[in-house]
Amino acid sequence: MSLSDEALREEGLAADGNGRVLVIGCGALAREILAIRSTSGLDHVDVTCLPAILHNRPERIAPALEATINACRGRYETIFVAYADCGSGGAIAKICAKHGVEMLDGPHCYSFFEGTAAFSARDEVTAFYLTDFLARQFDAFVTRPLGLDRHPELRDAYFGNYEKLVYLAQTDDPHLDAKARAAAKKLGLAYERRETGYGDLAPAITAL
Amino acid sequence: MSDEEDDIILSELDDEELVAQMMDDLYDGLKEEIEEGTNILLERGWQPYDVLTKALVAGMTIVGHDFRDGILFVPEVLLAANAMKAGMAILKPLLAETGAPTIGKMVIGTVKGDIHDIGKNLVGMMMEGAGFEVVDIGINNPVENYLGKAAEEKADIIGMSALLTTTMPYMKIVIDEMVAQGIRDDYIVLVGGAPLNEEFGKSIGADAYCRDAAVAVETAKELMARKHNRAHAG
Repeated sequence: MSLSDEALREEGLAADGNGRVLVIGCGALAREILAIRSTSGLDHVDVTCLPAILHNRPERIAPALEATINACRGRYETIFVAYADCGSGGAIAKICAKHGVEMLDGPHCYSFFEGTAAFSARDEVTAFYLTDFLARQFDAFVTRPLGLDRHPELRDAYFGNYEKLVYLAQTDDPHLDAKARAAAKKLGLAYERRETGYGDLAPAITAL
Repeated sequence: MSDEEDDIILSELDDEELVAQMMDDLYDGLKEEIEEGTNILLERGWQPYDVLTKALVAGMTIVGHDFRDGILFVPEVLLAANAMKAGMAILKPLLAETGAPTIGKMVIGTVKGDIHDIGKNLVGMMMEGAGFEVVDIGINNPVENYLGKAAEEKADIIGMSALLTTTMPYMKIVIDEMVAQGIRDDYIVLVGGAPLNEEFGKSIGADAYCRDAAVAVETAKELMARKHNRAHAG
């Protein structure tokens, strides 16, 4: 399957290889999980991802996850879920508990990229976050779903209470930095780039 | 036919046509048209309360139903709400002068840690439109804000809103504190927000979970009626 952002957003990623461990992740994490697998030589780990656009409909993540677990579990010894709570209100954790699989800690990917303890300690209620994937896909995840392309005058209704956009950078890419900075400008927010690397995601995957 | 020939002159419509047109304009989020229509009805001698309920609230109720049914989405609802707000800005001072009926008083705010207020603002506006007095305490509210303002305003209802699964548990902290202070039954507690559901509302001890602004209005009316009945029975 293609690794284009559009495909990861709308279709996700089909499992590859013949590993004994399967990671089921969010499409928005596909590149990062594959990079960790590659650099750590985790040949026994297969990766599949649900469509990243579920980020905008968190109530749909747990049912999609359960369907994938049911479809794949016969082929793997171990399944790991590369989702945090992600706005599901505990629904993802319930599915994982039901099927006896582990998942990532924390409320969402912003948290585990920065490190859940550090993220929580910041207590930044007025920050809007982007990751590498979301910086690349800003229009598909933010601008268009909120109607800001058609009605830019609604910007302050959505973002008037935010103060800054924080780009949590997984990679050092000036192009993404520029995109995230432009997004902040578009939303009328101050901009901060924070290099996180893969944060808590890396040890969780390499431990498999 | 040119756009110019298609233009509808609001002042040339009779009352019934004008109200229908205003409901269409509200649906389309046309703020200036709503302001114009509101002024025309007032000039024709309509009571501000009738303009509010028969044109604006009725129109916004249709918007709410279509949002609930997945026909309209948040951007369209926001545009419609902005249009209604513009009409209400004209009517509000007049409503105060004419002593429009007040059903009850609500203190409403978004909970601590949460800065999202679109849902809260919509509920506040529709509650006002339905005849409630609304005291909006804004965003990121700790328990003291809710309880302090509710006591100060002698409110009937406390409304709490949250958009995040990480912040919605704070609603329970507020309700638990009300219980601890022995004031839980002094107020009707309504909760709402995208990640909530009926089960959550019950589990934290709220009087009701309201899935949208229209439900909030209906629930508030019903619970206020029960409160009055109990008071009379007592």
